Amino acid sequence: MSVLTLTINGIECTGREGQTILDVIRENNIPIPALCNLKGLTPVGACRLCLVEVRGISKLVPACTTKIQEGMFIETDTEKLRTYRRILVELLFAEGNHVCASCVVNGNCDLQQLGFMVEMDHVRFDYLWQSFQIDASHPRFVADQSKCVKCTRCIRVCDEVEGAHVWDLKGRGIATRIVSGLNQPWGQVKECTQCGKCVQVCPVGALFDKTATPSEMVKDRSFLQRILEGREAKLWAR
Amino acid sequence: MGKIRIGTVWLGGCSGCHMSFLDLDERLLELAQYAEFMSSPITDWKLHTPIKEYQDYPEVDITLVEGAVVNTDNVEVLKIVRERSKLVIAFGDCAVSGNVPAYRNLFGVDDVLNAVYLEKASYNQQVPSDKTVIPKLLNKVVPISHVVKVDYFITGCPPSADTIWYTIKCLLEGRQPKFTEEHYRYG
Repeated sequence: MSVLTLTINGIECTGREGQTILDVIRENNIPIPALCNLKGLTPVGACRLCLVEVRGISKLVPACTTKIQEGMFIETDTEKLRTYRRILVELLFAEGNHVCASCVVNGNCDLQQLGFMVEMDHVRFDYLWQSFQIDASHPRFVADQSKCVKCTRCIRVCDEVEGAHVWDLKGRGIATRIVSGLNQPWGQVKECTQCGKCVQVCPVGALFDKTATPSEMVKDRSFLQRILEGREAKLWAR
Repeated sequence: MGKIRIGTVWLGGCSGCHMSFLDLDERLLELAQYAEFMSSPITDWKLHTPIKEYQDYPEVDITLVEGAVVNTDNVEVLKIVRERSKLVIAFGDCAVSGNVPAYRNLFGVDDVLNAVYLEKASYNQQVPSDKTVIPKLLNKVVPISHVVKVDYFITGCPPSADTIWYTIKCLLEGRQPKFTEEHYRYG
């Protein structure tokens, strides 16, 4: 595998062929916001928060789905990028009913952290206050659509790691919703193994433990690496 | 130089932001050396209809506004306050984003009134209708920045006393507050 050299924010970096821009950015400890990306799951470029500027490309490109090339010049923190990132986060808050004061992951939420990172002191857009459904039919977990940011982490972890493929997306635009078992109540989906992987990878309070009260739920992201590394090392092979 | 004139206003909120303001504790004494409180729900005798009191709202340097805009009185009060304040600060999440009072936006105003005063009331079931006492609810609860221009936003439900102090101290010293991750808090 050949080694490629590229420049990120004026600093020369190296990466391996096949790596994404985000991989190299993370390896070099350069701060960059991302919401849909989670190490161990296929990158999809859904949230567009990791957009970067690449010299010679007129569009902004998502770092998580763009492969590195020899001699790339990448900027991760320009005025233009900061402007767009703040707009993106504000639109996420305007689209959902993110009332943090009453949310189970208040204080432990990836979306909140992004708000702080992009210095969002208020939302300049009109809040939509759409009506969303809460599905509490599952014996252990709850799905609150109003907090969902459509990152599809739940869909990917259930499909790629658990192998059950309970979750999917339905609809388009702001009418997009996550659905379990082809739009059945979650509690009636026989394929759900109740493993809770989707709950743990959810970056916000859209999927949570039934017993959690506001500010109580801390999600464990590290489980995914433990499982994937354990599989790789055949820790549980008979 | 004279003292800086500060006012605080309480719209649709729980007064938690004012309680957090009181959490400045001994720093209030330091504040009193440099600032004069012109109007505040913690210091004033309230009239039944707030709008009458705010007709006399004084000219001030800074007004901290707590709470979301939920009724017609709030709109009037806010406009008066904006006109007479050099700086208006959205004080806490309700003023900044609508927060919990804005949950009402998921339902129609009539549905909310009926649920509270008719369906859930155990006795004397009637929707209050005396317009001279009770202002009309707006169709949508909105943050104050959607009604008037806001100069600074202090986030948090409630904001921490440290963040309130940082903001006021900056302004007292003639500096612009520069909020960083440690100052932000939603909820």
